[in-house]
Amino acid sequence: MLNLSLKKLSQALEKKEFTSVELTQFFLNRVKKLNPSLNAFITVDEAKSMAMAEKSDQLIQAGKKTMLTGIPIAQKDIFCSEGWKTTCGSKMLENFISPYDSTVIHKFNDIGAVNLGKTNMDEFAMGSSNETSYFGPVRNPWDLNCVPGGSSGGSAAAVAARLAPAATGTDTGGSIRQPASLCGFTGLKPTYGLVSRYGMIAFASSLDQAGPMAISAEDCALMLDVMTGHDEKDSTSLDRKKENYSNFLDKKIDGLRIGIPKEFFEDGLNSDVQKVIQEALRQYEKLGAKIIDISLPNNHLAIPAYYVIAPAEASSNLSRYDGVRYGYRTKEYDDLMDMYFKTRQEGFGDEVKRRILIGTYVLSAGYFDAYYLKAQKIRRLISNDFKLAYEKCDIIMGPSAPSVAFKSGEKQEDPLAMYMQDIFTISTNLAGLPAMSIPAGFINELPVGLQLIGNHFEETKILNAAHIYQKNTDWHLKSPKGID
Amino acid sequence: MDWDIVIGIETHVQLKTNTKQFSGASTKYGSEPNSQACLVSMAYPGVLPVLNKESVNSAIRFGLAIDAEISPRSIFARKNYFYPDLPKGYQISQFELPIVGRGKLSIDIDGQPKDVRILRAHLEEDAGKSSHGVIEGKSGIDLNRAGTPLLEIVTEPDLSSAEEAVIYAKKLHNLVQWIGICDGNMQEGSFRCDVNVSVKRKGASELGTRREIKNLNSFRFIKQAVDYEVNWQIERLEDGGRIEQATILFNPESGETKSMRSKEEANDYRYFPDPDLLPLIITDKDIEKIKKIMPELPEEMKTRFEKDLGLSGYDAKGITSSRDVTKYFLELIDLGANAKLAANWVLGNLFSQLNNKDIDILDSPISPSQLSSLINRIEDGTISNNAAKKIFEILWGNTGKKVDQIIDDLGLKQISDSNEIDGIVDEVLKNNLTMVEEFKSGKEKAFNALIGQVMKASKGKANPAQVSSTLKEKLSK
Amino acid sequence: MSINKEEIKKVAHLARINVSKVEVDQVEKKLVGILALIEKMQEVNTESIEPMSHALDINQPLREDKVTAKDIRDKSLALAPHSEQSLFIVPQVIE
Repeated sequence: MLNLSLKKLSQALEKKEFTSVELTQFFLNRVKKLNPSLNAFITVDEAKSMAMAEKSDQLIQAGKKTMLTGIPIAQKDIFCSEGWKTTCGSKMLENFISPYDSTVIHKFNDIGAVNLGKTNMDEFAMGSSNETSYFGPVRNPWDLNCVPGGSSGGSAAAVAARLAPAATGTDTGGSIRQPASLCGFTGLKPTYGLVSRYGMIAFASSLDQAGPMAISAEDCALMLDVMTGHDEKDSTSLDRKKENYSNFLDKKIDGLRIGIPKEFFEDGLNSDVQKVIQEALRQYEKLGAKIIDISLPNNHLAIPAYYVIAPAEASSNLSRYDGVRYGYRTKEYDDLMDMYFKTRQEGFGDEVKRRILIGTYVLSAGYFDAYYLKAQKIRRLISNDFKLAYEKCDIIMGPSAPSVAFKSGEKQEDPLAMYMQDIFTISTNLAGLPAMSIPAGFINELPVGLQLIGNHFEETKILNAAHIYQKNTDWHLKSPKGID
Repeated sequence: MDWDIVIGIETHVQLKTNTKQFSGASTKYGSEPNSQACLVSMAYPGVLPVLNKESVNSAIRFGLAIDAEISPRSIFARKNYFYPDLPKGYQISQFELPIVGRGKLSIDIDGQPKDVRILRAHLEEDAGKSSHGVIEGKSGIDLNRAGTPLLEIVTEPDLSSAEEAVIYAKKLHNLVQWIGICDGNMQEGSFRCDVNVSVKRKGASELGTRREIKNLNSFRFIKQAVDYEVNWQIERLEDGGRIEQATILFNPESGETKSMRSKEEANDYRYFPDPDLLPLIITDKDIEKIKKIMPELPEEMKTRFEKDLGLSGYDAKGITSSRDVTKYFLELIDLGANAKLAANWVLGNLFSQLNNKDIDILDSPISPSQLSSLINRIEDGTISNNAAKKIFEILWGNTGKKVDQIIDDLGLKQISDSNEIDGIVDEVLKNNLTMVEEFKSGKEKAFNALIGQVMKASKGKANPAQVSSTLKEKLSK
Repeated sequence: MSINKEEIKKVAHLARINVSKVEVDQVEKKLVGILALIEKMQEVNTESIEPMSHALDINQPLREDKVTAKDIRDKSLALAPHSEQSLFIVPQVIE
């Protein structure tokens, strides 16, 4: 059961080689064994998962099986799941049992996938190392002294250590791709609006997008088939025909024009990472692709603009955590004001509070134009850069992260250094483009991710390019030691 | 010293929709606390707003009714502040690009029309309700109202007295009900006015500092509050004081206005476009669709009633003062009632009774079919006006009785048979020779006395007009 | 532009977050750093650029005016830190 692709697991369930109950139990046992050292999960509820597995087996028996029926999936703890504790990595929601299902969870439940548990994450998805979680840091399975990346660090560690065949993540500035890079697996952030945000706890609404985290592009395509689709409950959900993301995986990539933005290879990129990326590009050339030099001249403004827009939206999104209707309320307070202040001081961690303060500041009277409006204009510039680039190329490639996994605690006290982790990923969130990270090599036994960025709605194109690469390489099949 | 009064009004009109502005929760009034607070109303983590089609249509209707620009593209923004009855910590409203732009509403000041300029109207959502003292020293939050659709209608500071403010408010109140976007129920808070008041030296070009009286939900309160506030401001300025910009509350019990303790010391609402909602696009086609189903507006109907039904300007205005009155009136007309008589009866006897008893015309104990038969009987001469008034009283007290039956039961049928009247008149002339002599010698008063005698002899049933003409004819012989 | 302690106090008040005297130096240091990073935006001229609020150029969909929400009062009141008589209870709200 270990190391089988989703397709293989599905076939085995179909052929009754094992049941969903057996499969789920297998992964639950792995979680039990390995989670204490990784801290990848916040909530594991064996009884609930097993009950779901039993139901899935009934579906399979009844011949109602679809591709992911019966397969256990680890769910990032940002997705509201009815009856499950949904914490978003925060003390604020430590005891919050969601009364409803997010659309993503609903879709998985609907086809009879099994919820394997809720994975750890940076608090309210704010972080790049999974060290801001109220429930403790997640460790990187390749080196327990290193961070797994963030914010979807729990899902990342779970997939990398094979605690789950696949997981969900969310990506606001790189939170799927950067951990995928640091933990050596495949992660995809779809076009903004492709996956419903309903029930996905908001960080920065105009940037947040959920996506799959799995071993291969092929697995990501199958996950995407389940996760995408128009949702009337989300105004920003795209109303377009559903695609079959596996359709073009095997298409030849002869003549595929790969744009390489020179800005991705300037300051900030670790030279060893650069070598790995260049080797991957050579591999693509061997496979028939053409490398084209392009420029994203405003990329250096992506982080500044992001650290205005995302905190601004977050400061407002997180106002609902006031201790009135649900979640944490401070124990002792004199009056209403005191209750608000203490509840929010105690309920939020430092990074979250920092971002709320920054967001409040950039929206406040006198600063709105200089910060918020300016950032929105820069967002337009960045988006226009991509438009121009896609006139010359089909997909864009570069590194997913500036370095391999770094040591726990290394950047914890330096927010700016931490923010630089997303230097290659943020611009695609601002532009709403689909992008993925795939394993492309190692530096000192730590994985390096290659980023593939597609034009809007061209998930199939990047999946195709990723799949062809993965058919010709085996980086994505490598797994960390000590997890067997 | 003479002062100009400058008033602008912001009205929160609760839209008559089934569901909330951004969720499928019911907006029904008076339900159990929090039973209509859905996930979105309670701002659960992860929930998202989706805009109600009907409130957009309502806003378009209103825009058409005040001849306003309807924005082809409008934007929803978040107004951020903390309050326990505001679950998200922000209110979704419209800030820079409202759905309805500049328009106007014409009001009637002592017979003269005056245009009140409407600056804008925008869609937003209501907050919940806090009730105090449920538990000692605590407040209880009910979120049933949270998210209820509102249209906020903002005027330019074009009104110059408490009376004008009330006339405008009444006119707007009628209009929003007329076009079917609001139930107009002021007790339930469906129509609430924030009134901005300032004063300045007569003729001065610069406006004074304004104070905003919040949440007035009756016309009487608007009048009282503005009167009080104007006096307060003038007195203060005449005493050499200054007016500070402030938000104030009106206390109906004391009749006074008072500064609110500020919700947030320094109001900084940090408006920004709501990333959960996209630009609202309204096409000409959308507007045309609404145009087709727009009812005839009160002004248009008033003109038509004057022209086609021959109503006086005064009557036509009264009849179109509310949609329910118009509806009642039109039913009378459909049932064959004479238009002028119908207008007289509705605006006269019916209104005075309804007002006396504080009854809505919808709940009138006298149905349009009863009143129309009454009017028909007056018109065809069956009964006199006096008899009609008597019957009206009876109908008011005994719903359900037929007019013709009351006429029969009480013998109120008037004598209109000319032979019969001839007979009575002849009899009276014969028995009152002195009066006849007096009349002939030039005493006009005697004529009336003779009519009185005829009426007495007929037990009040003779048709007075006929009596008069018969008498005149016979006396001139 | 940068932020000082006075502004931090104001912003913290707007955001209803206590920043204690002990924390304020640390907070200031970090916020000043972040704002310096953001300041880079001012390098580029954006005069004629249309601000971008959404990743995609699509329009607001509209919902039919039909009641679809379920009554979840019992569940929601049970989740509240303090509820009584079907109300969410908070310290007295002062108007």
